Amino acid sequence: MNVLVCVKRVPATGGRITLTPDEQEIDTRFLGFTVSPHEECAVEEAVRLIEAHGGTSVVLTLGPSVAEEQLRDALAMGIGEAILLQTDGREWDPIATANAIVDVVRSREAAGMAFDLLLFGNEAADTGDYQIGIRVAHVLGLPCVAGIKALEVRGGAAVAQREADGGREIFEVSLPAVFAVKEGINLPRYPSVPGRLKAKKKEIHRIVPEKRGGGLEKVRLKLPEEQQGEVEILGSGPEAAPRVVEVLQRLGIVPS
Amino acid sequence: MILALVEHDRGKPNPLSLEALTFGRRLAERADVPLHAVLIGSEARPLADLSAAYGASMVHLVTHERLADFAPAAWAQSVVEVVDAVAPEAVLGAGSDRGNEVMAHVAAKIGLAMAANCVEVEPREPYVVTRLRWGGSLLEEARLEGVPKLLTVAPHAVAAEEVSAAGEPAVETLTPALEDEDLRVRVMGRTEAAEGRVSLPEARVVVGGGRGVGSADGFAMLEELASLLGGTVGVSRVVTSLGWRPHAEQVGQTGTRIAPDLYIACGISGAIQHMVGCKAAKQILAINTDPEAPMVAKADYAVIGDLRAVVPAVITEIKKALDG
Ligand SMILES: Cc1cc2nc3c(=O)[nH]c(=O)nc-3n(C[C@H](O)[C@H](O)[C@H](O)COP(=O)(O)OP(=O)(O)OC[C@H]3O[C@@H](n4cnc5c(N)ncnc54)[C@H](O)[C@@H]3O)c2cc1C
Ligand SMILES: Nc1ncnc2c1ncn2[C@@H]1O[C@H](COP(=O)(O)O)[C@@H](O)[C@H]1O
Repeated sequence: MNVLVCVKRVPATGGRITLTPDEQEIDTRFLGFTVSPHEECAVEEAVRLIEAHGGTSVVLTLGPSVAEEQLRDALAMGIGEAILLQTDGREWDPIATANAIVDVVRSREAAGMAFDLLLFGNEAADTGDYQIGIRVAHVLGLPCVAGIKALEVRGGAAVAQREADGGREIFEVSLPAVFAVKEGINLPRYPSVPGRLKAKKKEIHRIVPEKRGGGLEKVRLKLPEEQQGEVEILGSGPEAAPRVVEVLQRLGIVPS
Repeated sequence: MILALVEHDRGKPNPLSLEALTFGRRLAERADVPLHAVLIGSEARPLADLSAAYGASMVHLVTHERLADFAPAAWAQSVVEVVDAVAPEAVLGAGSDRGNEVMAHVAAKIGLAMAANCVEVEPREPYVVTRLRWGGSLLEEARLEGVPKLLTVAPHAVAAEEVSAAGEPAVETLTPALEDEDLRVRVMGRTEAAEGRVSLPEARVVVGGGRGVGSADGFAMLEELASLLGGTVGVSRVVTSLGWRPHAEQVGQTGTRIAPDLYIACGISGAIQHMVGCKAAKQILAINTDPEAPMVAKADYAVIGDLRAVVPAVITEIKKALDG
């Protein structure tokens, strides 16, 4: 079985976001980088599928050269190969990104290494476009189940579940297929030290992708208006408890 | 004309669709064009009047013997056929799981761009939209090309508003040409929600716990506090990643959005990805050792101190008040 998993490098923002003066990017001078939790879970799912069924797993990202870091994180978790579709770092819109991913899938297929499962995050952490997996599936003529929280592969088919109104919806599709994963589908492992060392030495396949398509173009970023308000400090330590209960009573949560 | 997809689950409308209709009606008024609604599946027929109440002058009801339960590509094909028939200038869905999914399929089928989770739209050529990034911690102004413009409306970008003089809507029925391909992915089974639990999105009180709780066992006191207040427990991502609590309890960008009357955030720093999940809370009470924690700055009330001492003291005090 061959599994592809797609991830995107994003800044790991903490308590607040600062923008660059030209309002085009988040100021990342003091930030680390990561991938969406959904994608981390997709990577874990790919590793588990290969552990259970055998075969190869490939992680792919489209982004700047330094996105190698996110590929190595995935390799350290147990992914077999990594592909970097290297750009100058400027954002590609969902259609252009999907087309570039499709090119890779097709060339692997032509080389006799077609993928059985293509895993995506349900939405990217930064842009939240909710569409790249679906677009890739559509161009390749594959079925796509989005938002999945459980996946089970049996022979040439897969059963996927997603949450709806506190319950679950169940889908069954034959492979090959595309799945957009949500965090919670599994608990990703922490990479082991030997895993990290092995990942360091692995080769990254670098490809310069062809940019085709567009139609959604960033003009600028804006910070939402902060809800203004003063915090009332009720006190320090357990001595504050009576004042907490006063507040609970004032809010009508505890009867007075 | 503006076309809005009215989403439903086996005939039950999604309230976010009423917001999308309201958003669509205002957009239609600005562009001086009518608003139409699209309803998918015969179970949705009764929603025609509801669509009219929220401003649709015409309803396109798409029915087909194979449109029984939710099937994203089949729903998208239904929308595409209405688009082909009536040539709208924009198509809007709700920024819900299904809304974003169906509109992405529509966009893929037509081969046009799609902007998810818009909060504002400037109907020029091209459209200038303002949309959510980072789950709402950041906004993006973007140009959206294509005819029609395809977008979804971010949850709570507007409040749903009925129109004063809604007439009987004209209903146009259409049968799409569905291919087998469109029905490969469809709901084939369900497990229903467990009864009797306070659901996180609907809870009036949520007691949140973060890394500061210290261990899985540490949550016993948060459980007790939540049950005293008729609420439920929510957690930060650190807590689910450490395996202390299930992901179903996670609040935030990749977890659940909550909107309680009171959120008691214990040992949670207040990272932006957590805050987008609880910004609809009416009041926040932070319990944190660090007076500089972002959660404390964003809270309405705060207690500075070790939650392992503060929470038990609060529990004791509440019990006194309840007995008194
Ligand atoms: C794309 C993306 C999506 C994410 N999605 C989510 C999400 O959905 N939900 C989410 O929560 N996070 C999410 N995160 C993670 C987020 O950035 C933070 O890492 C996380 O919220 C921090 O959890 P925390 O506050 O429990 O831990 P920390 O940041 O470590 O904070 C612990 C806090 O506890 C306080 N504390 C410590 N000991 C005590 C004590 N004894 N008593 C009282 N206070 C104490 C400390 O002062 C500190 O403020 C996401 C991150 C990314 C990059
Ligand atoms: N630049 C990228 N490189 C690789 N995969 C990506 C990229 N952007 C998005 N994806 C994948 O597509 C998913 C959905 O992204 P989006 O449609 O942009 O919200 C993400 O969770 C990733 O799995």
